[in-house]
Parts: sequence; C-alpha cells; structure tokens
Amino acid sequence: MGIYLDHAATTPLRHESLEAMLPYLTEHWGNPSSIHASGRRARQGLDEARETVAAILHAKPREIVFTSGGTEADNLAISGYAWAASSRGRHIITTSVEHKAVLQACALLERHGFEITYLPVDGDGLVDPDAVAAAITEHTTLVSVMAANNEVGTVQPIAEIGNICRSRRIGFHVDAIQAAPFTPIALDGWQADLVSLSAHKLEGPKGVGAVFVRQGTPLVPLLQGGSQERQRRAGTENVAGAVGFAVAFALAADPATQASEAMRQGSLRDELLAGLAAIGGVRRTGHPTRRLPNSASVVIDGIQGGDLVAACDLEGVEVSTGSACTTGSVEPSHVLLAMGIDADAAAGSLRVTLGRETTRDEILRALGVIERCVGRLRNASGAIRVEQPATVSGAPSA
Amino acid sequence: MSRIVAAMSGGVDSSVAAALVARGTADGQASETEVVGVWMRTHPETGEGWESRRSCCSPEAADDARRVAQLLGIPFFVLNVERAFGSLVIDAFADAYLAGATPNPCQACNQYIKFDELLRRGLATYGADAVATGHYARIDRQGDRWRLLRAADGDKDQTYFLWVLSQEQLAATRFPLGELHKTRVRAMAAELRLPTADKPESQEICFVPAGDYRTLLDERRGYAGDPGPIVDAAGTRVGTHTGYAHYTVGQRHGLDVALGEAVYVREVRPATNTVVIGRREELAASQVTVSGRHFVGGEPPAERFEASVRIRHRAPDVPCEVTLVGDDRFVVETADPLWAPAPGQAAVLYDGDECLGGGRIARADAVAAA
Repeated sequence: MGIYLDHAATTPLRHESLEAMLPYLTEHWGNPSSIHASGRRARQGLDEARETVAAILHAKPREIVFTSGGTEADNLAISGYAWAASSRGRHIITTSVEHKAVLQACALLERHGFEITYLPVDGDGLVDPDAVAAAITEHTTLVSVMAANNEVGTVQPIAEIGNICRSRRIGFHVDAIQAAPFTPIALDGWQADLVSLSAHKLEGPKGVGAVFVRQGTPLVPLLQGGSQERQRRAGTENVAGAVGFAVAFALAADPATQASEAMRQGSLRDELLAGLAAIGGVRRTGHPTRRLPNSASVVIDGIQGGDLVAACDLEGVEVSTGSACTTGSVEPSHVLLAMGIDADAAAGSLRVTLGRETTRDEILRALGVIERCVGRLRNASGAIRVEQPATVSGAPSA
Repeated sequence: MSRIVAAMSGGVDSSVAAALVARGTADGQASETEVVGVWMRTHPETGEGWESRRSCCSPEAADDARRVAQLLGIPFFVLNVERAFGSLVIDAFADAYLAGATPNPCQACNQYIKFDELLRRGLATYGADAVATGHYARIDRQGDRWRLLRAADGDKDQTYFLWVLSQEQLAATRFPLGELHKTRVRAMAAELRLPTADKPESQEICFVPAGDYRTLLDERRGYAGDPGPIVDAAGTRVGTHTGYAHYTVGQRHGLDVALGEAVYVREVRPATNTVVIGRREELAASQVTVSGRHFVGGEPPAERFEASVRIRHRAPDVPCEVTLVGDDRFVVETADPLWAPAPGQAAVLYDGDECLGGGRIARADAVAAA
C-alpha cells in the first residue's frame, strides 16, 4: 500500500461523508426545484446541508452558495462581485501567490478593462497589510487574498487585511480552500464578504464547493439559466455532493479535533522538514511558523521536481511538486517566483502535505524514499551521450 | 525485479512495443519485469483554449499514450525534455539549413533525446534498467559486443537513424518490434483494442506540422530568406531563389527555372547565398568524405574495409570501400555512383544486416580545405 502525502491536492473521502451521500444517489434522486414529494425530499437534504455549512461559519443559510468546487467558487466570488460593483469602480487588488482560479479570473477581467494590482510577497510568501492599504484607490472595489497558500502553506494576515477593507468600505474575498481543514473560519474576525470553500480538500467529495456571500454583497451570476441558489448559480444542484460536503466540513471543523490534529500533524511536519533538510541542498519554502500544520514544502538542488515525484511514486510514496499538474509543463511555480526563488531552483520544488490518517511511520518511510530518490537523480547527471556534432558544417580544421 | 521504461509517443508502433514488454513477451525479457510508460514532452504545444499558451493542457498524442498505458495497466508519466529538444533537435535543424546542409531531426532525436535524455534521466527517475522503444531495428549480442541489426521488416528498418548508438546505449535498449512486420504490428494493436490501432503513419517532422520549415527558420533563427542567384555548373545565372537556406541538395521542386530538362539542387553555398543546380547525372559522386564518424562496436572494423553504404533513409545500399582518415573522418568509394550525397546527411555503413556505424557527409569545400 502506498503512502499518500499529497493532501493539498485532494483528500480521501471520509466514510461518514460517503454514507450521508448514498441515500441522495439512490432513493432521494429528486430535483430539489420540483414541487412534488421526490423534489421535496431532495430539497430537504440540500437545505439541511446549507444549514450545516452556515452553522459552521456562523453565517445564515441564505449566505451560502453551493458551487461545483473551489475553482468555481473563486471565479464566482471575483468575477461575480467585480461585475456587480463595476459601476462604482474597476480596480481589484490581489496577490501574486493566489491560486490560478483567482489569478486567471482577474486576468480575464483585465482583458475587459479592469485594473488589477498584484501585490508582492516577501521571501516567506507573506503579504504586507500596509501594501494592501497603499494600493487602494478610489476605484478599488475588491481585495482578494487567500487564507493559506496551496503550494507553500503560508498563512496570510487575513484579519489585518480585512480590517483595512472594512474601514475603506471595500469588498473582501478570502480563498479559504486550503485553510479550511485546519483553521476556524472567523467571518467576523476576518471581516470577509466572500469566502471560497472546497469539499474535497477536507475529506468531502469532489465536484462541490461553496462561496459564503455576506448578506447585502452584490453578485452577478456566472451561470445563467435558472433561479437556483437564490439566483446566484443556475443549474440543478448537486444534492448528494452538498450533503457530503456538509458532513465532511462539520467533522473537519470540530474545534477539539481541529486543534489536536493541527498539533499532531504540525509536529510530524516539523520532523519531516528536519529530515528533508538533513538530505543537504534542501531549502524550506514558505513561512517557518505561519504555515498550515500539514504542509512541508522545499526546493531541492540538482533535481527536477517532476522527476522526483515520479521516482517516489514508483517507490510507493505519493508527493507533489506544488500543484497537481501531470502534463509535464515546465513553467516554474508562480508562487515560488513571487517569493524571489529563481526559476532554476524552483524547478526542484517538492511539496509534502499530511492528512488525518498520516502516521509517523509513514513519514519516516517517506523520508527514506525521498532521500534515496534524490541521491539517484543527482547521480544521474553523468551523461551516456556520445558527443557528436548535431550537424556538420564542414570537416574538422585539423 | 527489473523495470523497463516504455517510450510511448502515442503512435501505433510504440503502443505495441509497450504492450509487448508489458505482457512480458518481448525478446529475452525476464518474467519479473515492471513496465513504466513514459511520454516525452518535446515542445510546448498550443492547446484549444484561447489562453492556451499558458495552459498545461496536454496535446492529443499524450492523451493517446496515457489511454494505452491505462489499458495495459502500467504507470504512466510525462518526462519534460523541452529544453534539450529545443536546442539539440529544433535549433540544430534550423542551423543545418543555415549552414547549407541537410538536417537529420529523427537521428538527432534518437541521439540526444530518446537514447540520452530518456535513457539517462529516465533510468534514474524511474529506477529502470532499460528503455524499450517502437523502433524497427534489432539488437543482438555476439560475445561481449552488442550489435545493431536491420529490422526483419526491411521496409520499416530504422537503423539509418540509429547508427549513433553506442555499446552502452544498446545494452540498455530494447526494440520489441525488431522481429515483426508492420502489418503484424497493426494487427496486434487491433487485437489488443488499442485506441492507436488505426492511427495513420506519421511522415512529417513532428515540429514542422505543415512540412514548411521556412517559417521555423524565421521563428527560431530570424532567417526570412534573402533572394539570390541560382546558377548552373558553369556559373551562369539561370534563376532566382528565395534564400539559400530554403534549398537542400537533391531538391527538384520549387526551383522555378526552365531549362527544358529536370534539374536538381547540386550545392548550396551560404557564403555567397548561391544555389547551384545540375542535371541528374551531375549530382552523382563515387567518392564521399564523411566526418564525425562513429562505430556502434566502439572501434572501426579496420583502417580500410569493405561495406555497403546508405546515404538517405530508404535509399538503396551501395557496396563500397571505406578508408579511415585522421581521427574523425572516413572516405567512402563506390563502383556505382551515389546520387546526390547531401552534406549533413548521414552516411551509414552496413555489413549485411549489421549496422556498423556512420558519420555525416562533409561539404566538398570543407574537405578540400582540410
């Protein structure tokens, strides 16, 4: 059995979530918008799921909009709000280390005449709240900052930034997708108007997420064609998904287990980072202390991250370069570049993210495999190549 | 347990080669062999989305390779070789034209990508002992020496592109299709229900999709073409060309000269931006100097030996006498003349079915100057 250490990419579906979903995939298959009994039964599941999610966030059920996942949640929050507020201004502030769902939503708005400010981060990936304040203009309508980074785990000063936005009466979106399993989402403390969530990052099913939309926050729907989700997201609802999401979120957000898991995973993670550093030519990326407890990220000299991930996989250890992309693209991570790491070093990135079922034994075994694979890859720089000119422009001058 | 990397291009040949190693039916393969499918990303591909340049969407070939790997039940990875492919294959291709020579992209890809990047990096990355490819060629061992042999299917034989391989590379290489005919390979692909079974043969150069390399010269090297003279053997101007690098020796089409008989490019002179043409018989040569020599066995058979030579893919073999010159060159002499030996193209030597090695045809002026 392999060792799965890529929980920032996705997590296993927990059985409580699966069991809660099953009735909605079998007997309660109705369309929640239907008038009849089948529809009402499905609607009940959806309403209960919405209530559960709202209760975890100390929000109102009507403030929860279910989506197809985190990417849609980010797109809806950014574009939906930007367009809704566009008569007041067309300037958005975000950071250079956001998820592509945020960055590319912003890039699309840029093509439509919006102005976007991408704030820099420091070497640990932190955004300076003062820089947010300084970037605000009379045209600014929205600030979007992630609670915790998906590649390096750095936790941002969300409450400070939220304060600034509130005092300047500017909308504030927080992508809390990676943070949600570990961090209580304090909507009032953060003063957030929009918060993105994803189910499969916290042991729920794939294909479902949500946006918290604070009451009174304007939002233009991205999907047209129905009045579902209070006219903010057309389309027949993924009832089973929402039910599974709610159950998984409730279990993940339980304060006692959240705190103890943060302690447990944090201490394993520290051991892991120390072990990785001992390999030599390994540098931590992300903040030393302000980081998600399950996240260890490093850059390793003399290797390609993608090669190391493949090598580890064949030895039964599943890790990542930083984001889940399997197509062999060599574009260096925009997050690492923004942190001032050069492209060559960034090519050697490795991200190891722990989960609720990760054991110390697994961490120790994974360390052994990673160390062995790094050694093998570093040794492979010796070429087999027979040196030959690629083309001939003439005989040698000898 | 041993592990073999199956290089998968997404085409029918490499799919069947992967299937053969995955099923343990390849020649001489230990039963306890694990197979890992690897598709090499050689150049960034523009996808279908309108922001495709920055996306990580995989091209169709990778999709096909991944589906085949799934059906075979083997792990599948993408190995990025963009950097090496860009400089050692694509740029080298452009530079050959700019030097008035004819490039060998398939051979360069074998030499620098499949049997270097993949072999070296791949073996380390995937912890493998060998790489299997879909080439039509055979490898055998005679004493302590590995031999590269022509494929059983003479029509498909690819040794012309493999003469650059060394003993070390051959030792770590498997050619599961070497004993098979193409028709059998297609039938096997159909039997295995591989999605690639009906894929048409790829004929064109993978990074020159429309067969028009002129655009590539401009893109990679800023060569837009500068019109200049087309002259005959006597030096008389008979026409105008669009830029010397747009022409290769042996080319007949696109010359736009009317001399009442078929004429061919005989020589390309970068220094004076001149293209020299000649009648068919004027392009024959019974002596060719070859540089950058390499012998598969490591050592040449002798200072002077008899062999047969092939100067382009699928050209007939011509019996010849080979004489080594200096450390790097050899001279090939034939009784029957070779037609249009093109500088830059490989001259590959055979002893019967065995590929002995080869080198690249040198420019006549460079030989004279040496």
